[in-house]
Amino acid sequence: MTPEELQKIADTELEAKQKGGHTLCVCMAAGCVSTQSDKVKESLQQAIEKHGLKETCKVKGVGCMGLCMAGPLVAVEQTGALYQMVTPQDADEIVKNLGKPPVKRLECDTTQPFFTRQKKIVLENSGIVDAERIEEYIAAKGYEALLEALTSMNPAEVTEQVSKSGLRGRGGAGFPTGLKWGTVAKARGERKFVICNGDEGDPGAFMDRSVLESDPHRVLEGMAIAGYAVGASQGYIYVRAEYPLAVKRLKDAIKQAERHGLLGHNIFGTTFSFNIEVRLGAGAFVCGEETALIASVEGKRGQPRPRPPFPAERGLWDCPTLINNVETFANIPPIIRNGGEWFAGIGTEKGKGTKVFALAGAVKNTGLIEVPMGISLREIIFEIGGGIPDGKKFKAVQTGGPSGGCIPEQFLEMAVDYDSLAKVGSIMGSGGMIVMDETSCMVDVAKFFMEFCMTESCGKCVPCRVGTKQMHELLTKITGGTATAGDLAMLEELCDVVKNTSLCGLGMTAPNPVVSTLRYFRDEYMAHINDRRCPAGVCKIGKEQLATV
Amino acid sequence: MNPSAQKVPSVKTLQINGKDVSAREDQTLLDVARENGVFIPTLCNLDGLTPIGACRLCLVEVKGARRLLPACITQIQDNMEVFTETETLVKYRKMILELLFAERNHVCSVCVSNGHCELQAMAQKLGLDHIRYPYLYPKLAVDASHDRFAVDHNRCILCQRCVRVCDEIEGAHTWDVQGRGTASLVITDLNQPWGTSESCTSCGKCVQVCPTGTLFEKGRASGEMTKREFLPYLTLMREERV
Repeated sequence: MTPEELQKIADTELEAKQKGGHTLCVCMAAGCVSTQSDKVKESLQQAIEKHGLKETCKVKGVGCMGLCMAGPLVAVEQTGALYQMVTPQDADEIVKNLGKPPVKRLECDTTQPFFTRQKKIVLENSGIVDAERIEEYIAAKGYEALLEALTSMNPAEVTEQVSKSGLRGRGGAGFPTGLKWGTVAKARGERKFVICNGDEGDPGAFMDRSVLESDPHRVLEGMAIAGYAVGASQGYIYVRAEYPLAVKRLKDAIKQAERHGLLGHNIFGTTFSFNIEVRLGAGAFVCGEETALIASVEGKRGQPRPRPPFPAERGLWDCPTLINNVETFANIPPIIRNGGEWFAGIGTEKGKGTKVFALAGAVKNTGLIEVPMGISLREIIFEIGGGIPDGKKFKAVQTGGPSGGCIPEQFLEMAVDYDSLAKVGSIMGSGGMIVMDETSCMVDVAKFFMEFCMTESCGKCVPCRVGTKQMHELLTKITGGTATAGDLAMLEELCDVVKNTSLCGLGMTAPNPVVSTLRYFRDEYMAHINDRRCPAGVCKIGKEQLATV
Repeated sequence: MNPSAQKVPSVKTLQINGKDVSAREDQTLLDVARENGVFIPTLCNLDGLTPIGACRLCLVEVKGARRLLPACITQIQDNMEVFTETETLVKYRKMILELLFAERNHVCSVCVSNGHCELQAMAQKLGLDHIRYPYLYPKLAVDASHDRFAVDHNRCILCQRCVRVCDEIEGAHTWDVQGRGTASLVITDLNQPWGTSESCTSCGKCVQVCPTGTLFEKGRASGEMTKREFLPYLTLMREERV
């Protein structure tokens, strides 16, 4: 592949687009596919043929458009019209109305805050390009950043741009990405590796899945740039096997990139070579922890090991290894294209750029959103999310999954970034955001996350293995209405020991949901213990249990 | 600089509980503490096997460190200030032991290792007199299919010493761990009865390194299972041959 060839692919693609006619974009990400968007796509194709529009109109599958609750979504590329909850039966009507005002019955309002308040960097191509065709990615400036990095920058300059951007790891802990790249670049080793962590395991989180399904080439490009910056020639993408569509698109994307010479030997005629392989996770949450992930890629049991040494120094097969999250890599191509300073201009002082959130739970617009750092929780939940359905009252929002915490109403005005979330006892995490209304019992929520941590604990270290089990038993007792004040004291004591003595991040953060609900909703715990009742009416506290107390 | 000089580890000084000590830079905190007569409790650690930092009993406080560090795996650093007996540490150690006792069925009076058990001895040493957590009492099977040895999972604390000695010293890798969380179990081969294991050489090293009465020789009655210390000798012999 030469720069000229890359340009030619882009030009041919753009030319085809300007030919006129209409293109119907059907969302083919997992959310819409689960509501039969594949059938919708077929019906649209048939309708076009039936109406003899085969020459001017076409149908293509695209990635996630964000508003998952309104799926299947179909967009008309040329007019920007968006149809929601489309069924195969609607295909005829949609095709008939091409070139006319859109079908009112199916129209989705694109001027609502859900669409207008977002800022898309990571998701800039999601819902626009066909994830299964590399040509479309190239036409959307794809692989331009890799070309620029390889031909006009040295590795240190690439790292410098990433440092300048202020990008922090999007996997949860928020380690400065530029610093990590610099460390791996400096580490001594004959071989180095780049690993992309796509083992997204938080309940309710689907950011990485959407990125991989909607725009896989962006992640490959980010990894290749990283490989160039740190001096690695082999990359691995670790994706959980529960994401079959993402895995398929990723594997296809790798093949296409290799065929076009954008991965493999001597990329763009330079001396830089980079290959990427996919590794599948076998369903363990702990494999999202970097040392456990490395063990798993090596073919060993996915168990974490104590750090230091950190993977940057001794990682995969004891070689210096760079591990970044899917979203982190997806941010790299635009940073290289537009420069680190451009990225640093978005967001807040301590949180640069944007963050993708998976909005779920008791909120009207569930789906995938990307917002600039520093936006308030209220804006996310009540403007973009459309508020709480059925006139119910907001109670809390859970961020960071089983490692995070519940944030009550009093902090809704708070600007979302790494530090502010940590201050109120939660974490940014990978981007799961679960909204809860007044019908949720916070003790029950804490119990849910504790059960998750208990079953996902690898069993290596004692406090996490047994401590989470004991905490779960205590929470079961509280929700069952048989606990005493002594049990609560024991629960708090266990939170402390598990947090401070566990081996890896899973155990260290496992008590967070309990600690944060105890901090803000202690009265609910007390109601379960003292009055033997669940204020939200979720926990079944029966008469027979009362009798035994 | 002379290239061979780089390979010799240099000697550093540090403080343990306020006392100045010197150590080679390739030593762990646990090694140095022991050399200087400072007691740090351990269960999963065994000299001669790769440390894994799993039991968390050897956690110590290091000034300036954000977290407690496992002494068995932490390399010393110049001017480190280490504390091994703070109030928090003593409390945590006891709680971790309590969690272990509550996890499975550690009934000493009917155990083959009664009186020779590292878990029991540790509880006595740390002054653990009762368990506040509810006993979980899982129902676990005993595998006595091997001619000479048996495994009683009810006594297992998942220290993985058997896994490591079989892999690192004997080179058979018969033992491994299956499942996760409290459902973890040490298994032979791919969870086949020990007696049918084709990789097991019946060397008995796993039995000798087991800290509790999990792995034992058949025919031993309660309190009769004693262990031999063979690893320090083996390690020493191997080191000298190199």
